[in-house]
Amino acid sequence: MKNVKCECGHINHEGTVLCEACGKPIEGNQHIDGNDDNKVLNMRYEGSARRSRTYKRTIIDKTWNFFSSVKVGVWLIALALIAAAIGTIYPQEEFKNSVLPSSQFYEEQYGLTGKIFYQLGFHNLYSSWWFVTLIALIGISLVICSIDRVVPLYRALKNQKAKRHEIFVRRQRFFSETEQTSDEDRQTFMNNLRKRRYKITEDDGHILAEKNRFSRWGPYVNHIGLIIILIASILRMFDFMHTEGYVWVREGETKVVPTTDQEYYIKNEKFIYETYDRNDERFQEALKNEEFNVPSNFQTNVVIYKVKEKVTLGQEPELEEVARGEIRLNQPLTFDGYSAYQSGTQLRSEYNLISFNVENGEGQQIGMFEFRPNDDQRTYELGNDYKAEIQEYYPQFEITENGPSSFSKFPRNPGIIFEITGPNVEGERYFYLNEDVVPLSDDNEFQVSLEDTQLITASGLIIKKDYSLPFFLIGATIFMIGVAQGLYWHHRRVWLHPKDGKLLVAGHTNKNWFGLQKDIEASLKDTNIEMVKDQQEKF
Amino acid sequence: MDLNTVSSNALYAAFILYLVATLFFGATIGKNKEDKTKSKASKIAITLTIIGFISQLTFFFTRWYLAGHAPVSNMFEFIAFFGMMLVLGFIIIYFIYRETIIGLFALPITILIIGYGSMFPTEISPLIPSLQSHWLYIHVTTAALGEAILAMSFVAGLVYLIAKVNQTVRSKQTFWLEVILFFVFATSAFILITSSFEGAGYQVEFTQEVDGQTNTIDYHLPALVEPDGAELRTEGAFTTGIEAPSWMHGENAGSKFNTLIWSILGGLVLYGLTRLILRKRVAAAIQPKLSRINTDKVDEIIYRSVAIGFPVFTLGALIFASIWAQEAWGRFWGWDPKEVWALVTWLFYAVFLHLRLGAGWHGEKSAWLAVVGFTIIMTNLIFVNLVIAGMHSYAG
Ligand code: HEM
Repeated sequence: MKNVKCECGHINHEGTVLCEACGKPIEGNQHIDGNDDNKVLNMRYEGSARRSRTYKRTIIDKTWNFFSSVKVGVWLIALALIAAAIGTIYPQEEFKNSVLPSSQFYEEQYGLTGKIFYQLGFHNLYSSWWFVTLIALIGISLVICSIDRVVPLYRALKNQKAKRHEIFVRRQRFFSETEQTSDEDRQTFMNNLRKRRYKITEDDGHILAEKNRFSRWGPYVNHIGLIIILIASILRMFDFMHTEGYVWVREGETKVVPTTDQEYYIKNEKFIYETYDRNDERFQEALKNEEFNVPSNFQTNVVIYKVKEKVTLGQEPELEEVARGEIRLNQPLTFDGYSAYQSGTQLRSEYNLISFNVENGEGQQIGMFEFRPNDDQRTYELGNDYKAEIQEYYPQFEITENGPSSFSKFPRNPGIIFEITGPNVEGERYFYLNEDVVPLSDDNEFQVSLEDTQLITASGLIIKKDYSLPFFLIGATIFMIGVAQGLYWHHRRVWLHPKDGKLLVAGHTNKNWFGLQKDIEASLKDTNIEMVKDQQEKF
Repeated sequence: MDLNTVSSNALYAAFILYLVATLFFGATIGKNKEDKTKSKASKIAITLTIIGFISQLTFFFTRWYLAGHAPVSNMFEFIAFFGMMLVLGFIIIYFIYRETIIGLFALPITILIIGYGSMFPTEISPLIPSLQSHWLYIHVTTAALGEAILAMSFVAGLVYLIAKVNQTVRSKQTFWLEVILFFVFATSAFILITSSFEGAGYQVEFTQEVDGQTNTIDYHLPALVEPDGAELRTEGAFTTGIEAPSWMHGENAGSKFNTLIWSILGGLVLYGLTRLILRKRVAAAIQPKLSRINTDKVDEIIYRSVAIGFPVFTLGALIFASIWAQEAWGRFWGWDPKEVWALVTWLFYAVFLHLRLGAGWHGEKSAWLAVVGFTIIMTNLIFVNLVIAGMHSYAG
C-alpha cells in the first residue's frame, strides 16, 4: 500500500483526500472528491480514503465499485418502486377473485393492457424471480455501500485533531476572519458553545467544538436494520421458522390443526356473529343508508386439544385440553407457539339438523325423526313398528344431465329421498328439498311435514407459527434508531484557528446549515468575532 | 347545543380560522426578513392557526367520544385528520424556520383538502370488526402525521418553484408548475359543484344489470357519462347518453368517473377565467410577490420536512401497519395495493434522501422531487382507496 505522510506527521492511507488528522488537502488526490474547482472542500466523508475511489483495476474492484455507488443504489430502489407501483394496477393473481385461469382472466377483464400485464408477469410480481433479484441487489448494494464508507469515515473522525491546517479552515463552507480579538472574546464564544452542548478540545490555542458526532453513524445503523429485515425474510422461507395453514371448522366439529403434524386438534364450540343495532343512537344516521346489517363481531369459541400419545393410523387419538378461548378478528388465540386467527365465515350455511313429523291420514301423530347430515345414522324407528329410511342423500342438491347429483359434500342445500314404512303400509317415498317435503306417489297414507331445521356456521381459521417475527421487530427497531439518529441529530463542528494575531473561525455540519448558523450566531453574541459567511457557490 | 352540534361546529370554526389566518399570512409577504416574523400580522396569523388547530382537535375528540372510537375510520374522518396533521406539520416547521410564506400556501391547501373530505358521507359510522383494534388509531394517526410532515416539503417545494422557475420563457417547468396549480382549481371546482348540487338535492337514478342482478346507481351530479350499460330511471333527467368505458365496473365507478369529469371541466373553466383576468401564467402572476423570500431557507425546509417526516412515516405506515396486520390477519405484509403504495412512498423518500445527500440534488431538483412525493401520497390517500381498492374489491 502506498501510504501518504502528511506534513503534520500523520500517515494516511492511499487515496486519502484530506489528511485525517489536520485536514490538509493531499496533493494529487483532489480530483477524487472534485475539490480542484471548488473553493469549498467536499467534506462528505471527511475526504477519507474509500476503497471504491482508490482501486479500480480488477474485477473485484469493479464489482465493489459498482455496488458502492449511490447512483446505482438509487437506480435499484427506483426500479423496485416503479415495478411495485405497476403491480397494483390490476389485482395480483391471489386477489383476482375469479374462477377463470389467469391466462384468460386478465385479458377478458381488462383487455389488451391486462394481457400485457399478465404476459410480463406482473400478475405475480412480488414473488417473481426478477423482483426478488432486484431486492437482493438492493441488499448487496446496501452492505457494500455502507462498508465502503463507514470504515474510512470512522478512522477519519477518530484521528481528527483540534489543530487543523489553515487551508482546511479557509476552505470550509462557513468561514470568517477577524483581525483583532481578545482572549475574553474567545472564552465567551467557547462558553456559549459549551452551553449549547458542544464538546471543546484544545490544542496549542486551536480549538475544536463538536457535537452529535454519533449522528454520523445513523445511516449505517439504519442500513444494518434493513439488512436484518432482509435476512429475516430469507429465514422465513424455512418451515422451522414459519408455517401457515388454513382450516374450516363447523360448529360442534373437532378437526386436526393443520401444520402441527397431527399433534393438535381444534373444536369449534360456538360461532358468534353480531351486528350493530340499527336503532343505536350513535350510528342511526349512517346505518339508515346501509342495505345490510353491519357486522360488529365475528367470533369463534374454541377448545384446543393436544394428542396425548401418538397412535397408529386409523385409531382415535386420546386428547387433552390445552387451551380454550375466543378468537375474534384482531384477537387471535395463541397456544404453544401457534396462533389461530379468525379469517373466514360461512354464516349459517350448512344444515346440522332437519327434523320431520309423520302423521297418519287422520292427523294423528305417528312419530318424529331428526336427520343429521354429518351423522351416519340412516334409519329411524318411529315407534309401533313405523320406520323411516333415508334412501338418497345429496348434500348440495343439483340436477345435471345424468339426473340428480351433489355439487359438493357439504350439506349446504340437502336433497333427501326417504321412505316411511309401517305395519300394514308398503314403503311410501318422499322428497325433501328447500325446506319443503313432497310425496313421490299419489294416494298417501302418511302426512309428512318439516318440523325444524338448524343451520350452523363454518369458521375459517388461519393457523400460524412464525418465529421470524422477533427478527423483523429487531430489524425495524434498529432501523428506527438509525434514522432518528441520523435525521434528528446533526454533527456540527466549529474550529477556531489563531493565525498571525488573527482569528479564523470555520464551521461544518453534515446537514441543517441553518441550525449551525443559529448556533454560531448566538454563541458570538457579546464578542467582537466576525460572524461566519457562507462561502458556498450559489447553485 | 348537543355534543353533535358542538363537534361539527368546531370543524367549521377551524375551517374559517384557517381561512382568516391565510389572509394574515398573506399580509406578511413583501416584508423584509426581520419585520416579517416580528410583524403584528404574522403573530395574529400563527395565533389564529393554533386556535384553529385546537378547534379541530375539539372536533376530533368530541367525535371520538360520540362514536366510541377514534374518528379515523372512513374517508371523511381520515381526510379531516390528515388536514389537521398538515396544520400541525406547518406549526412545527413554522416554529423551526419562522417562514410565514409557508403558511400562505400550507393553509389553503389544508382548507381544500378538508373541503374535499367533507364531500364524503359525514355520518358517524360503526366500526366493522376488522377495524376494531387500538392499532387502528396508532397506525392511522402516526401514518397521517408522517405524511403531513412530508407534505410540508411539497408546500416548500411549491413556494420554491414559483419563486425560482424562469417565467420569461415557456418551458417544461412552467408547464408542470401550471399543472400543479390547475389541481388547486380542479379541487375547488369539485367542492363547489358537489356542494351546490348536494344543496339542491339533485339525484338521478340508473339501473344496471350485473351478472343477472339489477343494481341501482344514484348520481348526485347531472350525468355527463352514464354507468356502463345502464338505464336511466329518473323521468326527463339530463344525460348525454355517453357511457363510461366498459372496464370501469366496480361499485359506483361510473358515478366517480362522472364526478371526475365535472371536476376537470370545472377546473378548466376556473383556471381559464383566471388566466383571462391575469393575462399571464398563474405562477408568473404570483412570482413577483415572492421576490423577497430567502430561497436557501425554503430549500432547507424542503429537506428538513422530509428528514423529520420520514422516520414518522416509517413508524406509522410500515411498522405499526405491519404489527396491526399481523394481529388482524396473521400476516404482517400481504402486498395489497394499500400496503404496496405505502412501500412505494417510503422508497421514494429514501431515493429523495439519497439523491440529496449522495448526488447533491438541491434546490429545484429537490423541489420537483417533493412535488412527486406529494403526488404519491395523494395517490395512496385518494386514488388507491377510491379506485383501485373499489374496482378490484380485493380481499383483506
Ligand atoms: C430501501 C432502502 C434504503 C433506505 C430506506 C435507506 C435509508 C437511508 C437513510 C434514511 C439515510 C440517511 C439519509 C440522510 O441522512 O439524509 C441513508 C444514507 C445513506 N444510504 Fe441508504 N437506504 C437504503 C438503501 C441504500 C442503498 C441501496 C445504498 C447503496 C447504494 C445506500 C447508501 C447510503 C449512503 C451512502 C448513505 C449516506 C451515508 C452518509 O453520507 O453518511 N442506501 N440511507
